[in-house]
Amino acid sequence: MTTKSCSSATASSGWVGEAGAVFWKDLRAELRSRYALNAMAIFAVTTLVVVSFSLGPQALPPPAVAALLWVVLFFAAIASLSRVFLREEEAHTAAALRLAAEPVHVYLGKLLFNLVLLLALDVLLVPLFLALMQARSGNLWLLALVLLLGSVGLAGATTIVAALIAKAAARGALFGGLAFPLLLPLLLAAVSGTRRALEGASCAAAGAELRLLVSFAVVMITASILLFEYVWSE
Amino acid sequence: MLETDAGSGPAGVGEALPPVTLAVHDLAKRYGQRGIFRGVSFTLQPGQSLAITGRNGSGKSTLVRILCGLLRPSAGTVAYHLGERPATPRERRGLIGLVAPDLILYEELSALENLRFFARVRGLQRSAAALEALLAEVGLEGRGADLVGTFSSGMRQRLKYAYALLHRPPVLFLDEPTANLDEAGVAMARACIARQRATGILVIATNDHEELQFGDRILRLGG
Repeated sequence: MTTKSCSSATASSGWVGEAGAVFWKDLRAELRSRYALNAMAIFAVTTLVVVSFSLGPQALPPPAVAALLWVVLFFAAIASLSRVFLREEEAHTAAALRLAAEPVHVYLGKLLFNLVLLLALDVLLVPLFLALMQARSGNLWLLALVLLLGSVGLAGATTIVAALIAKAAARGALFGGLAFPLLLPLLLAAVSGTRRALEGASCAAAGAELRLLVSFAVVMITASILLFEYVWSE
Repeated sequence: MLETDAGSGPAGVGEALPPVTLAVHDLAKRYGQRGIFRGVSFTLQPGQSLAITGRNGSGKSTLVRILCGLLRPSAGTVAYHLGERPATPRERRGLIGLVAPDLILYEELSALENLRFFARVRGLQRSAAALEALLAEVGLEGRGADLVGTFSSGMRQRLKYAYALLHRPPVLFLDEPTANLDEAGVAMARACIARQRATGILVIATNDHEELQFGDRILRLGG
């Protein structure tokens, strides 16, 4: 007996289309529910206000501004990016997704969603932060490049950690606890690169930091793609 | 039956698949020291059906989750074969359809958006008309644009059937198939069961005596 199926078990429209579907689904759901956006915005605004009020009119040197900026970005990411898998587990939608989607497409779609969220945060937060800190970027292109590469690495690491902790009981503490040591090399390179950008250094002068940021993102995303199936399977 | 968009599907759509076999050997599940079930073995081929029954907590839903690949067994194997060869993980996803109480669809999305999303992640292309036809088949005509969060429990159950039938799976698992359904919904579910029994593999987990008759064989858990 031969089974005729409208579907094809071997059919494929390509990983871009399938990962893109996961991304658009998450984006649409986020724009309607605003779980992650609200968490991120509240944390970022609160931190900015507290820092600017505590410092008053005093201008900080570039190393302190760079460190503060990445502290804010890191904690805003911690507060919101874990939602990407938590929401699937809490709403019990993960089973439907597991049954239908290729694990690597789920990871890539969720990575893209977290990256877009982080880049949106960068665009909104960084100008405001620099204005409140009375800091200027001496090399705007370098600052943009460091933020972009740092955000890719941050999204790559937080997405896989979010998948790891989604089924755990003490998720909040676990997410920060696991993400921080993993992200330490990235944060150090990003802070150093941002400091150089604020001081007006050239891209060549920040070569070491940029190489580290690229390497971190490549290693983290590659390892995540390879490991995600084991993390995602129940 | 749901129309398939001519020429819009990915390569392989509509192609005849080799016959599917579901072979389960010496399956066991335990949580810590507590054994749920053990020694479950059976083989199903197209046109065959199995009804799983047992008291609450006997592991009916757990067994269905294991058969679908959503949960790992403590011992034993679950194998899907296409003809003589084992199905790849991606092929396996295309073979299985599931309706279950703990399977939830996205509440922030409309019924149509849910179906479109699941079609895309399965690598299928379905037009809005084909998805509307599928919704009509499960009794949700005209409700495609409504958010799933606004649906009643019966409507959600109907949407789960649309989700499960989206890719016309050769193997269909129904855990409590008529839960929350009204009379018309039960008729829809039974029509779906009859179709699947005729063409594919059907596994039903239930304690309803009427539904047990849909299994050619009955597997009793917990005793």
